Amino acid sequence: MYDVIIVGAGVVGAHIARTLARYQLDILLLDKASDVGEGTTKANTAIVHAGYDAKPGSNKARFNLAGNAMFDTVCRELDVEFDRCGSYVVGVSEEARATLEDLYRRGLENGTPGLELISGEEMRRREPGLTEDTVGALYAATGGIVDPFALCYAAAENAVANGVELRLETEVQGFIWEGDAIVGVETNRGPFRSRWVVIAAGLWVDDLMHEAGLEGFTITPRKGEYFVLDREAKTAVQNVLFPCPTPVSKGILVTPTIHGNVMLGPTAEDIEDKENLSTTAAGLNEVMTGALRLMPQLDARWIIRSFTGLRAAGSTGDFLIEIPDEVQGLLVLAGIESPGLTASPAIAEHVAAMLGEAGLPLVERPDFNPIRHGTPRFSLLSREEQEALIAQDPRYGRIVCRCETVTEAEIVAACHAPIPARTYDAMKRRTRIGTGRCQGAFDTPLVLEIMAREYGVSPLELTQKGGASHMVVRRTKEVAE
Amino acid sequence: MKQLACDVLVIGSGPAGLAAAWEAKQQGAERVMLLERNDELGGILPQCIHNGFGVREFGDDLTGPEYAYRWIAKAHEARLEILSETMVLDVGRDRRVVASSRDHGLVEITPRALVLAMGCRERPRGALAIPGSRPAGIYSAGTAQRLVNMEGYMPGRRFVILGSGDIGMIMARRLTLEGAEVVAMLEILPYISGLRRNLVQCIRDFDIPLELCTTVAEVRGRDRVESVVVSGVDEQWRPLPGTDREIACDTLLLSVGLIPENELSRMAGVAIDPVTGGPYVDESFCTNVPGIFAAGNVVHVYDLVDDVSENARIAGRSAGRYVTQGAPPEDGSVRLLAGTNVRHVVPHTVHLSRLEQEAVVLNLRVRQPIEEPVRVEVRAGDEALVSRRYRYARPSEMIALTLPSALASRLAAYDAVNIDVIS
Repeated sequence: MYDVIIVGAGVVGAHIARTLARYQLDILLLDKASDVGEGTTKANTAIVHAGYDAKPGSNKARFNLAGNAMFDTVCRELDVEFDRCGSYVVGVSEEARATLEDLYRRGLENGTPGLELISGEEMRRREPGLTEDTVGALYAATGGIVDPFALCYAAAENAVANGVELRLETEVQGFIWEGDAIVGVETNRGPFRSRWVVIAAGLWVDDLMHEAGLEGFTITPRKGEYFVLDREAKTAVQNVLFPCPTPVSKGILVTPTIHGNVMLGPTAEDIEDKENLSTTAAGLNEVMTGALRLMPQLDARWIIRSFTGLRAAGSTGDFLIEIPDEVQGLLVLAGIESPGLTASPAIAEHVAAMLGEAGLPLVERPDFNPIRHGTPRFSLLSREEQEALIAQDPRYGRIVCRCETVTEAEIVAACHAPIPARTYDAMKRRTRIGTGRCQGAFDTPLVLEIMAREYGVSPLELTQKGGASHMVVRRTKEVAE
Repeated sequence: MKQLACDVLVIGSGPAGLAAAWEAKQQGAERVMLLERNDELGGILPQCIHNGFGVREFGDDLTGPEYAYRWIAKAHEARLEILSETMVLDVGRDRRVVASSRDHGLVEITPRALVLAMGCRERPRGALAIPGSRPAGIYSAGTAQRLVNMEGYMPGRRFVILGSGDIGMIMARRLTLEGAEVVAMLEILPYISGLRRNLVQCIRDFDIPLELCTTVAEVRGRDRVESVVVSGVDEQWRPLPGTDREIACDTLLLSVGLIPENELSRMAGVAIDPVTGGPYVDESFCTNVPGIFAAGNVVHVYDLVDDVSENARIAGRSAGRYVTQGAPPEDGSVRLLAGTNVRHVVPHTVHLSRLEQEAVVLNLRVRQPIEEPVRVEVRAGDEALVSRRYRYARPSEMIALTLPSALASRLAAYDAVNIDVIS
């Protein structure tokens, strides 16, 4: 019997788990995927939003602002790369001036600090590659960029280190009822009972709400396609650049990533299939066209990858965070689309408070440790620090991924972390192997060998992303294993 | 940090690095050091278990590992200093190299001359922006080659190969011999991009369907690749509506081009030709940075390993001379420009005093195939300084043209000459 079961180990679920881990509670964090953060968390724009654009008074505005303010502390505690570099909304037409002023006023109303309207010339001075059509921009000093994968796995790891139990590849198929109260979940791995069930299931939350007898709220998967550009593009793009927004999305951004690449996107297209993560010729074309509108000299030869993310767009247009009257023992988080990544730490605090008010005893644990130390990232260290690491563990001297300078020691560490990177993609998110310009062509055989060795399995058992996504299918010559 | 010194340092021990290092030693450079990131020497050769290597270099038809072995034996004989499992992290304009290895930690090496011989890498899927899902089972041909030939694992059972590069064709045969099914090889161009002999020996002899002017328009599959949608293309390489068809497969191999690997070169301040993707070089394979030379596929991608070794030797010889005789005097040079139907020419410049001493072989690639006799000409204005006849010209087959020493005095009148290939 758990006190709380959290369904969904994306960035929201992971932060809730970590926040609740402060208290003397038995907590189970579930996800149907093979790794944490496999849904919307792994495929988004990775921006910490300043909070000027959400509708004043909305949950989005409230938790965006509150979440943004927590990022310095959270990322320091969790050892997550974060850069509060500021962000810009760039106007490239006369009509855009009005939009920028609207956004500025809305930002003031939301209480967003550090907003400033700047001229087109000033904007182009700060970002020389911008189009000559630039008429002005809204600068938001509190905007930033973050490693979204790490923000999730680091929070989940810290939760696990503080006693939270994590079960992956565990899919909730229904609830356990006692009268009108939910007292647990039925899963593909059997039933788990609890006093509270918190649903943070992203795209699938409406299905679970329906299962709980709650009606009316629906999620529409809103597809966003992206390009990732080579590090070389970083010479041409300095800042986080939004175009002026449209009613459905913030538009096609041009933004540096925390890892030194440049990202373009996303599109915004409502679809039906919650598992349709495919890119399309039309979508990718739209991404490039949109990006070129801001930065005309972007070079398509810099593209190293394209991907699709699905936003969990809720039918109310706002975050829904509630303990529904109709059902006892259930807390629902729904429609957590952008700015959900930014809001996640604040949402987690709020969820803890809601559960406390609803009667869950929140007794602090004396031994709670909010600090997580990630594996040192060799490529980011000084030569002296690198030498010291190799002296400690010679495997830091062996570079396995040359484009991103990832060492064997980092891969080994990710195999033995509190949440082991079981798949190649999980390993990518932990260490950045295969994310550079050769896209894994060099490292893949080496990483398979290291993972097989560390986990004591055959490479035949390793997958790219769980399920049947095996990377190699048999021995040559049909040699028996 | 451990400091090491040497006369000539060569980064990369593939066919280019081995030949360059060996030749530098022959020129009298005393301490020649070779850095290799893998645990064995030879670069990509150990995984190229097919034959066709060394006919010119050794007068024998060898496999890749055999070809590598012959050079490695020469390297040991010449007492080259070898650091394997060592990855270079940084190169400065002053030729200072920082490298990392398990056994030695970080080492800093400052050679008197540096040879860049990092080879090339394969163009990845991302660079093509093929729409669709991102399942397991998409590999570059070279990665598949390593998995099969070195690790002993099959990356799939039923393959579609996009691109007709040499590694793709060789893997089509290899995979077939390993019991896999290669259901199609697709090439977006109207002609193959690899060598004719590979088309005959690897594709036709194994009845592998080859479709030209065709590409992959979409990848399908959730966990593993389940199928690809292929489509004909128009002249701008855009998919032609109505020509789609779905081919079931569990693996997509990409053999869509090789890119010289010049990240380290850029760090060192070496200027890169956007057409070749490699450094601008003169006839001695010296880059714009004095004392830094480039050898093999790092300069431009060669067709044959024998060509790589032969040209890398020139780079190694130049590096050796640079340390034994000092920098050659800067004197008159002429630029060689890619003219009619020529994609690129290497070297980019020729020093006339050095041409006077020795003929220079130009390597060039055409833009468009011409399947009839062509003339390859060195032209200045209306005047053809050199004109040579070839039976045909194909983008996949590099053309070699010799500038005789006698030409030096005539070239002195020009800043630049054009290299043209005309029918």
